[in-house]
Amino acid sequence: MATTAKKLVQWDPAEVKAELLKKYPPKVARKRAKQIMINEALENETPEITANVRATPGIITMRGCTYAGCKGVIMGPTRDIVNITHGPIGCGFYSWLTRRNQTAAGPDGENYMPYCFSTDMQDADIIFGGEKKLEKAIQEAYDLFHPKSIAVFATCPVGLIGDDIHTVTRRMKEKFGDCNVYAFSCEGYKGVSQSAGHHIANNQVFRHIVGENDAVKPGDYKINLLGEYNIGGDGFEIDRILKMCGITNIATFSGNSTYDQFASAHTADLNTVMCHRSINYVADMLETKYGIPWIKVNFIGAGATAKSLRKIAEYFGDQKLIDRVETVIAEEMPAVEEAAQEVRTRTEGKTAMMFVGGSRAHHYQELFNEMGMKTISAGYEFAHRDDYEGRQVIPDLKLDADSRNIEELVVEPDETRFKPRKTPEEIKALEKAGYRFKHYDGLNPDMDQGTLIIDDLNQYEAEKLVELMKPDIFCAGIKEKFSIQKLGVPMKQLHSYDSGGPYAGFKGAVNFYKEIDRLVNSRVWSYMKAPWQENPQLSAAYVWE
Amino acid sequence: MLLRHTPKEVTERSVLVINPAKTCQPIGAMYAALGIHGCLPHSHGAQGCCAYHRSTLTRHYKEPVPAGTSSFTEGASVFGGQANLLQAISNIFSVYEPEIIAVHTTCLSETIGDDLPQIRKKAIKEGKLPKGKYMISASTPSYVGSHVTGFSTMVKSMTGLAEPTGKKNGKVNIIPGWVEPADMEELKRLAALTGVKTILFPDTSGVLNGPLSGEYKMFPDGGTTIAELKSTADSIGTLALGEWCSAAAARELDSRHKVPCKVLDMPFGLKATDRFIDALRTVAGVPVPDEVSLERGQLVDMISDMHQYFYRKKVALVGDPDQLIAMTEFLVSIDMCPVHIVTGTPGKNFEKRIREITEEMPFEVNVKAKGDMFLLHQWIKNEPVDLIMGNTYCKHMARDEDIPLVRWGFPILDRQGHQYFPTVGYKGGLRLLEKILNALMDRMDRDAPEESFELVY
Repeated sequence: MATTAKKLVQWDPAEVKAELLKKYPPKVARKRAKQIMINEALENETPEITANVRATPGIITMRGCTYAGCKGVIMGPTRDIVNITHGPIGCGFYSWLTRRNQTAAGPDGENYMPYCFSTDMQDADIIFGGEKKLEKAIQEAYDLFHPKSIAVFATCPVGLIGDDIHTVTRRMKEKFGDCNVYAFSCEGYKGVSQSAGHHIANNQVFRHIVGENDAVKPGDYKINLLGEYNIGGDGFEIDRILKMCGITNIATFSGNSTYDQFASAHTADLNTVMCHRSINYVADMLETKYGIPWIKVNFIGAGATAKSLRKIAEYFGDQKLIDRVETVIAEEMPAVEEAAQEVRTRTEGKTAMMFVGGSRAHHYQELFNEMGMKTISAGYEFAHRDDYEGRQVIPDLKLDADSRNIEELVVEPDETRFKPRKTPEEIKALEKAGYRFKHYDGLNPDMDQGTLIIDDLNQYEAEKLVELMKPDIFCAGIKEKFSIQKLGVPMKQLHSYDSGGPYAGFKGAVNFYKEIDRLVNSRVWSYMKAPWQENPQLSAAYVWE
Repeated sequence: MLLRHTPKEVTERSVLVINPAKTCQPIGAMYAALGIHGCLPHSHGAQGCCAYHRSTLTRHYKEPVPAGTSSFTEGASVFGGQANLLQAISNIFSVYEPEIIAVHTTCLSETIGDDLPQIRKKAIKEGKLPKGKYMISASTPSYVGSHVTGFSTMVKSMTGLAEPTGKKNGKVNIIPGWVEPADMEELKRLAALTGVKTILFPDTSGVLNGPLSGEYKMFPDGGTTIAELKSTADSIGTLALGEWCSAAAARELDSRHKVPCKVLDMPFGLKATDRFIDALRTVAGVPVPDEVSLERGQLVDMISDMHQYFYRKKVALVGDPDQLIAMTEFLVSIDMCPVHIVTGTPGKNFEKRIREITEEMPFEVNVKAKGDMFLLHQWIKNEPVDLIMGNTYCKHMARDEDIPLVRWGFPILDRQGHQYFPTVGYKGGLRLLEKILNALMDRMDRDAPEESFELVY
């Protein structure tokens, strides 16, 4: 740890912050100052961080759009739903297989993940409206594939010209009878980031699919896994562990998921939330409507995985399960610890920065800690304040014009299917023993004092941060990858994992240790300067004589 | 089976596009803009477009791709994007200090009717566009044409910078079209070999195949300079490579500044390169040096050496029109047989030109402009081929149908090298042949029974 401490005194966070803001026009600097927070320090102009506000035009943001959040992130990994993008070709094309959501077709053989469906709107559709075209496209998809379900996603121009996609899909659903058709008004301009798209996706899944199948699934200890997208096979590793423990995963939202998983989600007894930002409201709605409590879990990091498994077991309170979980942890941990010990000799004391979408910038700190590495700066691309400061700030969040555009579903207990999973006494007893439901502390408490927490980091600040603080590794997405590496610092993509993964669970932890060890100790970073650049003096001529 | 739901039977689809063989205009505009030195591309619309275009270009070129966005939210979509763009222009020039910004529209700003030239005027009037700095713009609605159209439109708008001085500069403009940075480098090398002075625009060499040196330059050393772009009006002629990508800009220079132009095919393979060199020689009035003839001879030599492996092999191709036309001609010229050819990009004459090139081929040819890769896959199921050539998205059908694949075109997301090794010119022809041959022979080796697994070919 001594080396870490030594590193930390090399820079002063207030100076770093000032340096990041120096070049901005005053208005931009004022706004950014509120989004850059020195953890637990008094130098901040606002006691809290500003998040979920518009990106500044012209400032190169890491963010994407609402469509990307809805179709790309949430609905993209569903395997047996035909996802049709209603719009010009680009949006469908770019969200085609670009997120590394791994998918196994399963015994039914249905898997539309490798396909890209689009209505490919032309100028005539923009002028005369695209509803007829959409209707026909849905019909053609139905005739070709006869899927269980067809989903339609609106792109920017669809909202502008006012195509009524919901009426079209409702009509087609009635016409088919055996295929659930519904639409998402996820035009790119809604909201300030992908986050709005997650919300729109979740609302519609909840409205149109959840609760459609009451059949009781076999298995004990039924949970849903919310906010897990099976990037690089993470979901497969989590499922492997759950299965070993005897825990039944009814539905994953939405990695490798099927229509029927969503439809039966209300039959689970516990909801476990991985990515808080992308899905926390679904957990709330499932609780209100069906009586399923939820807890925050984290399967990134071996320690976090063990902790989450124990938390699930404690909820069910069955000694058989508690013992089984302990056995699994005991079986899995030696290999993990061995790998951690092995890399620690080379990773201890090194530093990381993480600027990734939602909860990942928080979760991955566990893995770095296990390798003896410290996160000196982190932040989210599309977080809201509760992701930084914890859920207790939610009542204080002000509704602005952009959040107001995103529908909040009003949910009431389902008359026939609401069933509390635990009695109030049982809940109280668990809470008394320190168990926390509906709880997330956010990123800030887990970061050291004086570290920099930055919302909606942009290219300019990323470059400055790296120059000033010289981390041993930087984690973000593909757009940031090569500009960071040009600076001679290894960059790990934590959205798509480059080509690596899984990083979740026990086996994933081992993969991650090895990957980070490889990156931070690669010889390539020592080749930045040629010998004649490092030592430009001419050598004496006599050598050649 | 990755594409298990693709039926062999081809049914008429009138609207649903499945597995597109094109993408949208702005990404082409963004790529073209990166070929101007000191230029920051700017996407006038919501954030997602810009993020998607930057991601795809980054994945293809494995290089940083900076670009600004006007970050529209609902308000801008209702009230117009002028305020966002003015703010963006002002922020961009104070924070990133580019020489020039190249703004393109998205379907959003295009549909609400934002007028970029008018906003530019206002930016100048309000002092937001600093003196001595430039802004060019292109109208690139995504519901017209394809990424190729967007590329062409931005290249055409570059000619807006051309300023005739009344004195010829003795140079030849070369508009390379949407090719790799290494291809642009190769075109410059060939021109230099023949002793012709050229202005190549756009030029992404050195920009999207830059070095790793411990330093990040948002504006790398490469790219066509503004001075060069101004000077294009004084050139003795323009060679536009590719009707779809380059002709519009060349014709603009011709009609506005009387710089005569010739539209050629992209110089993929032997014959198209011959025509390029011949045109270069003619317009500049120089003899072709022996080095160039030597390179040509080497390509002919390899074709003759390896002819037995190419002869009558059937190929399925997907890509952009200019590239497909030249590649189809190259394949036919070495006696291979392109039998299924699809582009997603619309445009007159594509099918006609392919038919002309393949006229004397011994097999039926399927060709479609405004087609998609789902259709291409169905064709392959009905009439199998020996080789597929196309972008990364071909890998699913290549695996399903167990057919060798040569990655070629845009985007290539899962392989490296295309940004460094040219495929145009005679040397590029050698590389293409090597790739084709390796794919075919790796397959032969893989499938050979032990007794006929041979060391010598």
